Parts: sequence; C-alpha cells; structure tokens
Amino acid sequence: MTLATVWFRSPDFVNALYIVAFTLFIIGLRGLTGPNTAVRGNKIAAVGMVIAVVATLLLGERQVHGETLPAIISGWSDVWLIVLGLVIGTAIGIPSAIKVKMTAVPQMVALFNGVGGGAVALISWSEYRHALESGGNPELQILIPTLFAAIIGSVSFWGSNIAFGKLQEILPGRPIQLPGQQFINLALLIISVGCAVLIATGRESEGLFIGILVSAALLGNLVVLPIGGADMPVVISLLNAFTGLSAAAAGIALQNTVLIVAGMIVGASGTILTNLMAVAMNRSVPSIIAGGFGGGTIATGGGDDDTEGKSVRSTSAQDVAIQLAFARLVVIVPGYGMAVAQAQHAVKELTRVLEGKGVEVRFGIHPVAGRMPGHMNVLLAEADVPYDQLKEMDDINPEFPRTDVVLVIGANDVTNPAAKDSPESPIYGMPILEVSNAGAVVVLKRSMGAGFAGIDNPLFYDEKTSLLFGDAKESVGEITAEVQSL
Amino acid sequence: MDLLTEIAILVLAAFVGFEVISKVPNTLHTPLMSGTNAIHGIVLVGALLVVSQASSTLSKVLLVVAVAFGTINVIGGFLVTDRMLSMFKRKPDPVKEEAPADEVES
Repeated sequence: MTLATVWFRSPDFVNALYIVAFTLFIIGLRGLTGPNTAVRGNKIAAVGMVIAVVATLLLGERQVHGETLPAIISGWSDVWLIVLGLVIGTAIGIPSAIKVKMTAVPQMVALFNGVGGGAVALISWSEYRHALESGGNPELQILIPTLFAAIIGSVSFWGSNIAFGKLQEILPGRPIQLPGQQFINLALLIISVGCAVLIATGRESEGLFIGILVSAALLGNLVVLPIGGADMPVVISLLNAFTGLSAAAAGIALQNTVLIVAGMIVGASGTILTNLMAVAMNRSVPSIIAGGFGGGTIATGGGDDDTEGKSVRSTSAQDVAIQLAFARLVVIVPGYGMAVAQAQHAVKELTRVLEGKGVEVRFGIHPVAGRMPGHMNVLLAEADVPYDQLKEMDDINPEFPRTDVVLVIGANDVTNPAAKDSPESPIYGMPILEVSNAGAVVVLKRSMGAGFAGIDNPLFYDEKTSLLFGDAKESVGEITAEVQSL
Repeated sequence: MDLLTEIAILVLAAFVGFEVISKVPNTLHTPLMSGTNAIHGIVLVGALLVVSQASSTLSKVLLVVAVAFGTINVIGGFLVTDRMLSMFKRKPDPVKEEAPADEVES
C-alpha cells in the first residue's frame, strides 16, 4: 500500500478537516467582534488555519476537473520547495510582527494584506503556465476565476505596497497626482480586462497573462497614490476585502472549499468593515476611490489663505498645569502624535495626578484618531486608562460646552473646524470633535506642520487656543511635574 | 464538485461574512481588519495545492515566493492581531516603553 492511499490522505478526510477549519474561522471571526472574546477568537481562527494547512499537506492523489493530480507532497523536490517557502515566510513574518511598534501596526496590516494578494497573483500565474504546458487554455470555469484572481490579486498587492509606503512615510502622505490620471487609470483597467477577455475567448499566450498582471499592478499603484493619507485606513480595508475575493476566486479555480469559504467571508466582512470605517469618517467609499481616479475632492491646503500670516499663541508647561489643575472637567483628545511619542503612559500619569486634585478627566476619542479606528483605545488600554473614561465622539461632543480645558495631544485633522465651516476643505463634512466649544484649548504639537491629511487647521489660530510645542511625551511629563508641584 | 455547488458555497459564505460583522464597536475595527487579513492567509493553502504541478524553474520560483507570501500573511496576520488585542487586557503593573518620536502628528 502506498502512502497515497492511506485514509488520512484521501480527499474526503482532507475535506472534512477543511470543514472543521472554516467552522473555526467563523467562530473566531465572531469572537473578534466583541472586546471580551476577541483574543480567544483570534486564537481559534489561528487553530483553524493550522488545521487547513496541515490537511492540505496530507492531501494525496486526487481528481480535479477530470484530471488526476499528484499528491501535494509527491517527491523530495516538492518537500524542498514547500519547506523553503515556509522557512522564508516564517523568517520574515515572525520578526516583523513581533518587532513592529504599535504605532506602525496599520502599515504592517497593509503589508501582510499585500503579500496575500501577491500570493494569489503568483498562484494564478503558475496555474496558467501549468495549463499551457499541459495542452492549452483550461475550461472556462477554471480560466475565468483564474483571470479574475490575477487582476484583483495584482491590484491588491501593489495597492497595499503603496498604502504601506504612505503610512511608513517612505512616500509622501499627501495625494500625488499625474496629469491625465483618470485617462491613464481607465486605460490600464481596459488593457487589463481586455487581455483577460482575449485569453478567455481562446487566445493562448503567457505574454497576455503577464500583460494582465503588469497593467493591474500599475493600476494598483496609480489608484492608491492620489488618495490622501487620512483615507488610507479605508483603502487598506478595501484592499483587504479584495484579497479575500481573489482568494475565493482562486478557490473556485482550484476546487478547494476552504479557500472559497475563507476568502469569501473575508471579502464580505471586509466590505462591511470598509463601509463602517468610511461612515465613521463621513466619507463614502466611491468618493474615496474616485479620488484615486482623479475625480472627487483632492486634499490641498483648503483654507490656506485664511490662516496664512495669522499668529498662534504658544504657552508653557507651567501655564498649562495651572489651567488643568484648577479645572473641573478636562477632556483629553489624543491623536497620532501621542502614538508616535509613546506618550500614553505619561498621559495616564497626568490623569492620575489631576484626579488626585479633584479634576474630572475624560478622553474624547474620534473614530479615526490616529491612523486606524481604535488606534487610540488600544494605546490607552495599554496604559491602563479605564475603559469607561474613553468616550466616543457622539458622547463627548455634548460635554465640550461644560468642559474647562481640552488638552489635544498630537491630534489635528479630527479637531479641524474646517470640516464643519469650510465647504472647500477636503475634509468638509467629516464629523469632528468640537473642542472649540470648550472654555480653553491646549494643543500639544511637535511643530507647526499640517496634519496627516496635509490640511491647515484653523483651530490653532483660534483665540481660545494655546499651543505647547515639543515632544508629546516630554510635554506631558513636564505638565505632570508642574501639576504635582502646585 | 461542480461549478454550481461552488457558487452556492460562495454565496452562503458571503452571507456569513456579512452577518458576522454586522455590529462591531469602533474600537475593534482595527483588530478585526487585522484578523480578517490573517484569515485570507488561507491563500497559503492555494499555493501548496499547486506546488507539485510546477515543472519549470520559473514556476517553481513563483510558487516558492507564493508559499513564502502566504506564510507571511498567516503568521504576521495572527501575531499582529494578537499583539493588538493583548493591549486590551488588564495589566497589574504597566511597563513603560521607550521609543523615539520622529514623526509629525496628525
């Protein structure tokens, strides 16, 4: 009896394991939607993944579309190829996931998403090569999903890389536009789909297939480049859904249930999540993508003229300490600046000291503060700020009129009144934290630079506002020391 | 498995995906995105399925890269999600982290 006929290598047994795997994905995903079950949910999904991968490695000889395929591991050369891939992937994946700073997590998600899309594109390319080697184009029910997976996978890979580059600030966060962008993007889309149609209607050419991959790659680059940094979380979420869809398409081509189910669940849930994020920013997904196509609003310095030449009022840690210590209610509005300065523990300490003086402290968390929804909650939770002190935007906005001092720590766009007052602003319509309703506003900033979206903020020129320049962590530390000495 | 069975599975999976995510607090958007990101690391299975078909050197290189990409997606995805979520857990004594700040705030 050869290994290929052993019961645990039969397709039926492996398919049964696949069912267990995707059940665990669904249970895990549901766990991820609740704060108390999330950690366990992630682990359950990871167990599902291990089962799916091990099951696949077991798979023996099988029939797919009437063709007898060899076992997954049918010789030492397969073992070497697989081990090589797994070792390289592990050697890159583990350190990058463990060493990444919490502030850099969004771009890491973009990168991990990109490689997933890249894998799909490569799988479909090698599948097509295999089909050509063994006699020509496969039947349409394999060919069409393969072509679809190639286009979407390639777009997702390159789009995610650009998103990574923007968030990592290798590329400028502000929108980059080419002349005739709309025309170029449309042309690339037509070339890519056109090549796919040529292949689907009978042409057998690897060149055309590479044409699909390359034009989709350029499209992925050019669509994400003009999108402003502030919209990037939505874009990453959308590309995440794309990768899921391409995985499902690859699953149809390969007749593999776990790929179809897992890919489609991600495709569907990713779409919903993208929409939830866009709604939180009062942006619509089509308008963000339209921005990528050269239409819609492009973030320029809307309102530049108004603020040019106006002066800001800078203050000292001592003054801020006095303002805070004698306030009844202080609302802290954290943003990306708190994240990069790793100031969350210092902020927690300041909160503790202020509460010791009888000051009520709340945190106003904008849904998209930082670079990702929930970014601030994660950091503040790390510093042990009680969950009930963190208020969402809709809960904290009515509180501002009775707030004595708002302390804005490295947040910019989410407090920008231009989103309410100036229709020509690129972020016009985005709900903001209405901090200017408070008695006084203190903004901790590194410098007078504009925010991530590249838009000037009239809040800084408001007469209620004073600015304390410097590293957020040091500034907060100084303020805390001053409060203690009062 | 015929095409229609596959499409049936696809449609049902889509509804599962929609239903599971219907109500999520803002706080969990990022970990959830990262978690779904890890799950589409299932493409690793797709890469493993086609390795034995590779005959030319180019195909072999493509698939080794695909397996490596899939592995990065799976391992990186689950680890990063776990790290993100561990921030929500209560810690008796918070450890202070030192990290340079060299970026502008948003």
